[in-house]
Amino acid sequence: MSFIVDYYNYWIVVFLMMAGFYIVISANNLVKKIVGLNIFQTSVFMMYISIGKVQGGSAPIVADGITSYSNPLPHVLILTAIVVGVATTAVGLALVVRIKRAYGTVEENEFEDKDALI
Amino acid sequence: MVELIDLVLLGMLAITALRVIFLKDLFAVVMLFGLYSFLSALIFVNLDAVDVAFTEAAVGAGISTVLMLGTLALTGRKEKANNHTALLPLLVVIITGAALIYGTLDMPPFGHPDNPAHQHVAPRYIEESPKEIGLPNMVTSVLASYRAFDTLGETAVVFAAAIGVLSLLGMPKPGGVAIDSGLKSHLVLRVVAKLVIPMTILFALYVQFHGDYGPGGGFQAGVIAAAAVILYALVFGLPLATHVVRPNFLKVLAALGVLIYAGTGVTSFFLGGNFLDYNVLASDPVVGQHIGIIVIEFGIGITVFAAMLGIFYGFAAQAERTNIQ
Repeated sequence: MSFIVDYYNYWIVVFLMMAGFYIVISANNLVKKIVGLNIFQTSVFMMYISIGKVQGGSAPIVADGITSYSNPLPHVLILTAIVVGVATTAVGLALVVRIKRAYGTVEENEFEDKDALI
Repeated sequence: MVELIDLVLLGMLAITALRVIFLKDLFAVVMLFGLYSFLSALIFVNLDAVDVAFTEAAVGAGISTVLMLGTLALTGRKEKANNHTALLPLLVVIITGAALIYGTLDMPPFGHPDNPAHQHVAPRYIEESPKEIGLPNMVTSVLASYRAFDTLGETAVVFAAAIGVLSLLGMPKPGGVAIDSGLKSHLVLRVVAKLVIPMTILFALYVQFHGDYGPGGGFQAGVIAAAAVILYALVFGLPLATHVVRPNFLKVLAALGVLIYAGTGVTSFFLGGNFLDYNVLASDPVVGQHIGIIVIEFGIGITVFAAMLGIFYGFAAQAERTNIQ
């Protein structure tokens, strides 16, 4: 049982990462691809936060009577990464909107066909 | 108990991700992704990362869902049936996944206090930062002071992303013709929005200035404040919202935040310290740290607010243009 608890978080991280990866390489629709990228990204967040957790620790805000805190460093890295992540996702979505306007479709195979005609 | 909650929540997260793969209705995909963000936020709370959970709840379930729905409104909500075989991607994913699972067995066991990650700089942050910086929230101390360089870079990335979106999509023209938003006819929605929006803005200010003591800070506050204006735009229509917060004003604001941040660094230069060394900002180093952190958190807050709202304006302007055509 302790073996499962020790590695469970990492296994879920790998599962989420692969789910996101699968969506990115198999989906045809660009919006869905971006959702896949986001799932991939959150799996990395999950991994960092899992590494930062200390058993029996508390949130890294000083309080009386608490001796053990979780590691604040991964929290800092991921906090900023989430905001940067949504900003870059927005750039991706903006590109999708422009592709829709230029080609009339956001299905990858369809606009690739149109590209081939040119 | 913590482990049990962790087990259940992560399991739910995995199921949500699995469902996203097979759904063809993109509207449902986006909704599930909002759910996925909320679940992640819960897991972050459970793993003691309260600041991160805060950010994820505001960003993932708020802003990114709205942006994705905005994109769907422009690109259509159905994914077309995919005729090429999914066998090769599946094979690639299974092989990569197996290799990674094999790799996890070399990872240090979850949550152990002797893990390498807790040996390097973390003990110093935990033991020294309350004395050196004088703030109870270590995440804020590390974010705004020890790793201020890094955070400056990230604020600049948010700013750059906003420029990218605006150059792709363009801003709405202020004072355009008020097309009645479909939501405007819902009385309940209008009344509730009017009640909620001021509270949200007040809460954003609290998060901004209380971030040194509790969870919160400029990133979260900026996102929450932007969400309040986005809600206003969704319920009362874009022209009214652009009247309240003008697009040109946002452009200035986004640049101003980065400027305040970098300006603090340059100020500490001229006072004889290193770049972004707040100790020299006042005669007492701890007071100097306080001033520095409040100022740069404010800079972060306004850049993130302006960038998020500007990005939303970009998408909303596109949607409006398409509607007129």
